[in-house]
Order: sequence, then structure tokens, then C-alpha cells
Amino acid sequence: MKTKRDHSIYPVWFVLPSLVIFAVFFLWPIVTSLYYSLTVWNFDTAKFCGLDNYKLFFSEYSMSSSVIHTMIYAFGTSALKVIIAFFIAIFLTSRIRTKGFIRSAVFFPNLVSMMAVGLTFSYLMHPTKGLFNVVIEMLGGTPIDFLGNPNTALASILMTDVWKGLSISVVIYIAGIQSIDRTYYEAASIDGATGWQQLKNITLPLVAASQNSIIILSLIGGLRSFELIWAMTGGGPGFATDVLASVIYKQYAAGFYGLSTAGNVVMLILISVIAFPLQHFLNKREEAMQ
Amino acid sequence: MKKKKKLLLLGDIVGLIVTCIVFLIPFYFMFVQSLKSKPEANRLSLGWPGELHFENYIEVFQHANYQLVRAFKNSGILTLFTVLGLLVTAAMAAYVIQRRHDRLMTGIQAVIMLGLMIPASILPTIHLLQSLHIYKTMFSMVMIEIALQTPFAIMLYRGYMASIPRELEEAARIDGCSKWQIFSKVIFPLLKPIQATLIILVGVTTFNDFTNPLYFLPGSENTTVQLTLYNYQGQLGNSYNLLFADIIIITIPMLILFIIFNKKIVDGMVAGSVKG
Repeated sequence: MKTKRDHSIYPVWFVLPSLVIFAVFFLWPIVTSLYYSLTVWNFDTAKFCGLDNYKLFFSEYSMSSSVIHTMIYAFGTSALKVIIAFFIAIFLTSRIRTKGFIRSAVFFPNLVSMMAVGLTFSYLMHPTKGLFNVVIEMLGGTPIDFLGNPNTALASILMTDVWKGLSISVVIYIAGIQSIDRTYYEAASIDGATGWQQLKNITLPLVAASQNSIIILSLIGGLRSFELIWAMTGGGPGFATDVLASVIYKQYAAGFYGLSTAGNVVMLILISVIAFPLQHFLNKREEAMQ
Repeated sequence: MKKKKKLLLLGDIVGLIVTCIVFLIPFYFMFVQSLKSKPEANRLSLGWPGELHFENYIEVFQHANYQLVRAFKNSGILTLFTVLGLLVTAAMAAYVIQRRHDRLMTGIQAVIMLGLMIPASILPTIHLLQSLHIYKTMFSMVMIEIALQTPFAIMLYRGYMASIPRELEEAARIDGCSKWQIFSKVIFPLLKPIQATLIILVGVTTFNDFTNPLYFLPGSENTTVQLTLYNYQGQLGNSYNLLFADIIIITIPMLILFIIFNKKIVDGMVAGSVKG
């Protein structure tokens, strides 16, 4: 079917501004990071030291534990967003009348910065005066030190992240649901399918593409996340909420530039090892479902 | 049929209540906190302020030698030039990538799309900026914001570009347009719907960015709005009322942007994701 088209009206140099900016300010530092992560570095001199930075990174609990925290955070936020946003999107594409208002309200947290959300929630989670604990006490429970207790701190930040980031997932789902052909549902109801069956057998398979985007986007966002954690706990208590990005910052602030860059490379590898195969798998699944 | 109507009404009511509790209370909290006196704000309660202290907002502006004013100027410039630069460069790139679709362009696209996944390397970037003598300059900050958001912008543009018929360009060429005119006079104006989406998404991301200015634009002269929040948290100690006044002030520009482009966000995303 494909006819040979004349491409001469599309000048190749049009890609240059984007490509040059992207290559200089994004790609090149990544390439050089592979070398600098193998050095003792202070910007002026870089002394080659082999894999010492990586050895140190994985032998110190304060740093190695950040890999686990990063994974818990990324998979936790991603899973919750995928599930919760699906039901909100179903709700918002039904025939209820207040959906315009609710849609705006759900989108609202997106406008507020991570810093502001982080600070606000850290006060809502205050161990004695915070609203959450006031409500818990009213219901007869014992107050929880959400951010001060190492066992609950990471989960508390994770939930805040879900609250803030839900709307993008909802919007992507809504886009997917709205593009489904209505006649499928009409045919299904004539055949006597219940609402739940329609949801399971029509909506769910046909939003697979949207769902995959959400999984990938939120997972990568989670693996990189820094601001919310920095605003709410700064990595503490102890190292209980330190993630890769906060370790990178802490080592930078402490003057260990080589070590910080090694942390950056660890993050790069972690994301590549998780995201690329996952995307491949999700694309395969999407093809199989349709 | 009647049962269904009742069910919908129930859905409306439950939906409204849950939305208000989950999504609006935190904002209500921010707002009332910003209008309280200092001791009242320190109680962190949801109650309406005994007296409205609008002067909190003025005090926040005056704090630290009008730091917030400088921050607004810096963030405004950063956001404006990032959005403008990205709208033009990404549109040019996406246009040629989508239309040519040959081996070279597929390769370039694959490289740029890597940026959606892999994280930036921070310290090598600082080192690069230092050796180019542009560290701590607005120019380098704009370039970095553009570089980081180029993959996303090209992806959105490319998806939308597919819906514009090629015949337009061929007709324009027959009418005697130059290659640049075909793009700037014919194609670029047609991209408006997706540009609205980009303006709000890129604008909000850049204005609300904390991490990148923290690394690449340090110094009190260079401070951006999100960094004021970070600084005030240390300086203002327990003046929660002023901290929340700052939060409200720096959220208002995004709220205005949202009100202007509200409808177009979803439309643009729908167009981009479906056709992409």
C-alpha cells in the first residue's frame, strides 16, 4: 500500500534544535557519568578508583537500603494508582451529574507542587495535633506517629504520592474508556451481560493500552522520586525512607561526587532493568488481549 | 429504570462526599492555616480562624528582603522561556520525525524516547555547565528544563501530527510556500489543541520543579518559588501561618493556568494518546 513519498519538503535540520539540546544537556552527562562513577571526583580532578564507589554503595546499609525502599515505593505507588484510578475513571465516565466537579477536584492536587503537598501532609500527619490523629483518637484508636516511626514512614509518603499523582492516571484511563466503541456495550446488554461482566470483559481488555502507559509512567516516576520524600522526612527517621534520589543528593551535599554519581548510575541501571523488560512484556500482553 | 435513577443519585452523593473528604479537605486546611495568627496556626486544627489575618500574605512577601518577589520573577522567566522554547523546537522535530518516518528519523526518535525512561545524571551535568561557564545561569536552567521535557513534548506532538493530512503541505508547496513557511504558516497553527495541553503540563512541571533548580540554580539571587518554601521551612521555624500563606501564593498562578486551559487538558490528552 505504501507509496514512495517525496520527503524533500521536510528538512532534516528541523530536528537539530531539539536533538542538540537533548544531546548536550541530557545524553552527554549520562555518558560521562559512567566514567565519573568510577572515580574519586571533586569537579577539578577525577582520580580513577575502579569499582570502589559501587562497593561502598552496596556495603553501607545507609545507601544499599535505598534500593529496596525505592523499589517498594515505585511498585507500591504504581499498583495503587493503576487500581484506584481505574475505578475512579469508571465512575467519572458513568452518567452521574457531578462528574465535572469531581474530575476537577481529582485533578487539583496536580497543580500544587510536591513540596507544598509534602509540607501540608506532614502537618496533617503530625503525631499529636495532626488531623489524621485527631480523627483516629475520636474513633477511639491510638495515635500513630506516621512519619516518625520507621515502620510507617515510607507507607505514609507512599500514600501521599498516590493522592497527588492519581489524577494523571485517571485522565489517561478516561481517554481510553471514551475511545471504546459504545456498540460493544449495547450488544452485551442485549445478550444479557451484567454491568460487572461488561466491565470485566469489555472495558478492562480495551483499556489495556492506557493501563500500560499508567503502569510504566508511574513506575518510572516512582523509581526517580525525590521531592515528596525530601519534603516530608528528608530520608529519615534514620534511613527508613532514603531512596536512590535522596542518597544522590546527600552524597552530593557531603562532597562525595564520585559516590553520588555511582548512585545515579545505579538508578539508571535499576530503571533500565525494570522498565524495558516490563514494557516489552506489557506490549506483548496488550497484543494478546486484542 | 427507576432503580437505575436512584442508583445514579446515590452515586452522585457518595462521590461528592468522598471527593470532598479526600481531595478538598487538604486544600481547605492550607487555606485556613494561611489566614490564622501564629499561635492559632500552630494548633494545626481545621477550625475557621478567629480573626482573618490577611496581612500574613504581605508579611510573606516582605520576608527575607522580598525573596519571594525575586523568586516569582525567576520562576516566571524560567517557565515562560521553557514553554516557548519547547513549543517551537519540539514541534519542528516532531513534524519531521512523523512525516519522514525513514530509518534516520526512527533512530533519532528511539534515542530521544530513551529520555522518557532513563534518569538524568546530575553531577556530570553540573560539571558540564561549569566547564561551559554557564553554571548558575538562567540560560542553562532553561536548556535543562527543555532537554528533560523534550521527549514527552515530541511524543505528544507526534501523536497529534498523525491526524493532520499531508495533502495540506503538498497544497501549500504548490502555492509556492517555502519549506519553513509550510511549517510555520500551515502546520504550526493547526497544532493549537495539543499546544494547550503542553502549555499547562510543561508550565506546571517547570513552575513546580524543585529538584532541578536545587541542583542547577543555587544561590539566593537565583531562588525559585519552590525553593522559597524549602528555605522558609528552615527560617520561619514554627510560623505555620506564613508557610501556608507562601504555599497559597505560589499555587495561585497554576490555578489560573488551570482555569484557562481546564477543558483542553483532557481533550488534548485524548487526542494525543488515542492517535499516538
